[in-house]
Amino acid sequence: MEKKDIPQDPSKLQNFTKEVCYAVDETGKYVADLSSGWEVKSSALEVAWNDIDTRVSDAKQKMDAGQASPVLYLMELKLMDLPTVSDYTGFWKWTIKRHFKPNVFGKLSDNKLKRYAEVFEVSVEDLKKMNKG
Amino acid sequence: MILDFQHVQSAHCENGVTTNLLRHIGVSQITEPLAFGIGSGLFYIYIPLLKINNGPAIAFRTMPGMIFKRTCNSLGIPVVRKKFSSRETAQKYLDDRLLSGEPAACQVGVYYLSYFPKEYRFHFNAHNLVVYGKVDGKYLISDPVMEETTSLSEYELERVRFAKGALAPKGQIYYPKEKTLVSDDKIRNAIKSGIKGNIRDMLYIPGGIAGVSGIRYTAKKIKKWRDNLGLQKAGIYLAQLVRMQEEIGTGGGGFRFIYAAFLQQAHQYHKIDKLLEVSQRFTQSGDIWRRAAIQAAGIYKGRLTEQSDFNQMGDYLLEAAEIEKGAFKDLSKIKWN
Repeated sequence: MEKKDIPQDPSKLQNFTKEVCYAVDETGKYVADLSSGWEVKSSALEVAWNDIDTRVSDAKQKMDAGQASPVLYLMELKLMDLPTVSDYTGFWKWTIKRHFKPNVFGKLSDNKLKRYAEVFEVSVEDLKKMNKG
Repeated sequence: MILDFQHVQSAHCENGVTTNLLRHIGVSQITEPLAFGIGSGLFYIYIPLLKINNGPAIAFRTMPGMIFKRTCNSLGIPVVRKKFSSRETAQKYLDDRLLSGEPAACQVGVYYLSYFPKEYRFHFNAHNLVVYGKVDGKYLISDPVMEETTSLSEYELERVRFAKGALAPKGQIYYPKEKTLVSDDKIRNAIKSGIKGNIRDMLYIPGGIAGVSGIRYTAKKIKKWRDNLGLQKAGIYLAQLVRMQEEIGTGGGGFRFIYAAFLQQAHQYHKIDKLLEVSQRFTQSGDIWRRAAIQAAGIYKGRLTEQSDFNQMGDYLLEAAEIEKGAFKDLSKIKWN
């Protein structure tokens, strides 16, 4: 890449920082210069967020229909996957999968709910209210 | 206290932390490309079956922590690295280190990193920054991918140091053990061993998913993605490939441009013209990776939908693999003085 071709497109990094890119100058020597962003990668990030939005709204629909507990919805909302939720809460992955079921989730003690509440940054009361099973 | 620490922005966080910490202890020759090359930073791996953020697990550089480790090893600089189970001990250790007048690097998770834009905050736990002081209970932070220095409260820093999930940092702190001056001869030798390590990693790792053969493996996979995954999911996978290659912290072109810059700088220490010639080939390879990214964008934006578009995408990767293979073969033929 030549220095003059370093992309200067708008990106989500605007108002935060520019990023360093390496490119060759007119004499063929590598220099570091700043880029404000590249449309190609801004749109890649957008694809990732659209995918997340779809997952979150699917999980919310399932929760509202009583087919899944708030654990699934909040896991997606917080961009987590099973291993991450497991590591934060201390529950086994298969236990969390069981907690995806509204009727199993509905029987959890307040102590267990608290572990979810802390990680997902909601109150135990909210967790109970969200569960439609 | 505020330590006398020079914040220099870099393309990649671990390169930047390594460069800034080494400069701080007196290794004045070190630059980001040198740290990257001496640390055998260039890599490629596609781990099948493993999913990251529900997409393919792809990396364009070596494992987190290795660049700092290898660069310091090659330069003969002893390193201190500690993990903690207790948050209090972790904080005290850092505070004591700052009180002794020295900065330290921390491995952190990005999800709770308050000064990052929300759109970039995923559960990625191998980010690196330097803490270089504490004022009114706030830690002064030199995050190498940011233009300016910033700060974090005790709670905020603790939270990112103890982020959980894959590659959990466990409060990890690291720094060069003592002030060390490094001779040009040492740099010369370190460059040589860095290049040799990279030849091994890119050409000779068995298994077919890493190095040059890993790029070829990905190319073959991509050509099947349209049929096997469907257009939408294939688009999400390609977007992930582009993000790993071009996201902040890569310098663009999947670190290939940084490596090309490294070979140019290596030439200042080893007057071997082959280094300059091979540098140009990594520029070519980086350019092809960028062209591949544009092709991928055509697909994930829904403009390119045919199987031939996926074939073209795969062919770009095959082309990059071929160039990199030849480049590393040529590096392996160099007669070092």
